[in-house]
Amino acid sequence: MTLTLAFRNLFHDRVRLAVTLVGILFSIVLVAVQLGLYLGARGMIISMIDRADGDLWIMAYGTKNFEEAQPIRARERYVALATPGVVSAVPLVTAFTDWRKPTGGSTLVVVIGADHEDGGLAPWNIVEGSVTGLGVRDAVIVDKTYLAELGIKGVGDTAQVGSSRVRVVGLTEGIRSFTVTPFIFTTLNRARSLIDMPADNITYVLTKVAPGADIEKVRADIRAKLPDSEVLTKAEFRTRSLNHWLFATGAGVALIGGAVLGLIVGTVIVAQTLYSSTKDHLSEFATLRALGSSSGYIHKVILMQAGLSAVLGYVLGMAIALTIVYLSEHTALPIVMSPGLAALLLGLTFAMCAISALSAIGKVMRIDPAMVFNR
Amino acid sequence: MTAIATVQETPATAAPAGTSVVLEATDIVKELGHGAGKVRALKGVSLALNTGELTLLMGPSGSGKTTLLSILGCILSPTSGTLTVAGKPTTGLTPEALASLRRRHVGFIFQSYNLFPTLTAEENVRLALDVRGDRGSDAIVHAQRALHHVGLRHKLKSYPANLSGGEQQRVAVARSLVGAPSVILADEPTAALDSENGLAVMALLSQIAKDKSRAVLAVTHDPRTVPFADRILRIEDGLIVGEERRTEGVETVHELARNRKRKANA
Repeated sequence: MTLTLAFRNLFHDRVRLAVTLVGILFSIVLVAVQLGLYLGARGMIISMIDRADGDLWIMAYGTKNFEEAQPIRARERYVALATPGVVSAVPLVTAFTDWRKPTGGSTLVVVIGADHEDGGLAPWNIVEGSVTGLGVRDAVIVDKTYLAELGIKGVGDTAQVGSSRVRVVGLTEGIRSFTVTPFIFTTLNRARSLIDMPADNITYVLTKVAPGADIEKVRADIRAKLPDSEVLTKAEFRTRSLNHWLFATGAGVALIGGAVLGLIVGTVIVAQTLYSSTKDHLSEFATLRALGSSSGYIHKVILMQAGLSAVLGYVLGMAIALTIVYLSEHTALPIVMSPGLAALLLGLTFAMCAISALSAIGKVMRIDPAMVFNR
Repeated sequence: MTAIATVQETPATAAPAGTSVVLEATDIVKELGHGAGKVRALKGVSLALNTGELTLLMGPSGSGKTTLLSILGCILSPTSGTLTVAGKPTTGLTPEALASLRRRHVGFIFQSYNLFPTLTAEENVRLALDVRGDRGSDAIVHAQRALHHVGLRHKLKSYPANLSGGEQQRVAVARSLVGAPSVILADEPTAALDSENGLAVMALLSQIAKDKSRAVLAVTHDPRTVPFADRILRIEDGLIVGEERRTEGVETVHELARNRKRKANA
């Protein structure tokens, strides 16, 4: 009966129900978009680090993220290779540079240079062309998302990077940059040439540790031999990059702040409508109390009312949020909806509605059951 | 024909032969308000309700009828005095314990029926069982049986808005009955009803009161209800000032109608 009563109370006043649902819906969509953007940003920030085949990253001291790193000497690769427990050490070059569009004008890009046969970092999700195409003179691979930004239409188009000409030999899908700066994949030497980096310089050494080897010991040994460089595990580099882009720049804080704001606004709207609904049904709650219902029974009715609102609001809110996610899929800043985020949103919706119900419960608990005799 | 014997008894606690006391109040005092605004609504009321009897509590407005009903129904706690319901003393009980006592031993009928507008007649009755934890098909059967008992077999699925005032009050009577309480307390049960429906409801209460396991107390100032009473308690200014016990049987609705017709013709 508690469910029936909650359901009927809720649907008795359709206008109030609509206001409640709009509150929940607004809150869910806002939180979903903000947290989805956060997840999307997070994925973009760490995608290169996660994709790179290396247990330890050797880099210049003070490197804050994948895209912005100072060069180190190429010989550090050989020092790493000479360390017991290291099975491979692959050089990698990254740097910001200018891409001159064939149509005129220029845009900033991040050049990533690695020789795919070394197994360090190669483009993935290739939808046109292949990674072996990078062996061709001037070859680069870019992501479909940025074709317009780069002023090209697809494979075969040319542009100029620095003082060199490049030709697009392949397209990837979904390799996007948090800074909205397109990634340009090419070979190690061509990358050096595009960014005017001396031949004895690289940006990272991706070091692979032998199975069973003590990664911390290998790291300590490399550190001892390369006191001017930093050696980070994949997880450490991921955290450092995330901390820089999401927290040092304030971008992540803004996204999380937006989500919290959504929750607060949603909670206030739901609390107000639930409170006023409870106020309207006060004489019924007093009757329940007079009939001898326990406090728990009445709490259950109100919480079920809140729970039903949560389920309805969640379903409608998620429908809108998923539409937005779908529409953002091919943009430079995709919104990500993971099963974890969907579950989190469901939990937050229930929590928001339960918190909202507290004011209504407080009101009911102050009822004087003797009001049933008031005429 | 009926007759009323006026007997002054103070306190109003004597139980006639063949009945037993299910509710007993002794020296109930209730003060309402605070400080200078404090009012003594009840000034030492003692009464007992006996099984198998319909007792009317009559008195003018402000005499303390509703306050006394609230205390007898364990909704309000007295400032002093003792109350025993179904053999259980209520002194010192927490609000939750009082609620528990209410749902097991007390049934209420309200002047404005206090039905849930969003529930059907059957659901309204079933609610009284649900708060006691009685659920499932048995509860449905009991609720339907209670509605049959009050003559609403054909209105099980009707919402209060689709019922007449008399029918709504009969649903409220069924709701008060369904949990088989020891005491049924009715607050002005006929006040919102026309003459015909008022008489029908009183006849129903009178019939319910015949059950030897239950006592019925109705607060009223409606003189039409008097012929149905086994006993009438008069309250004035927070005190029981008199008790009248009817010594002969209660008129049936048909007798009442016949007598009223006779009077009108005369």
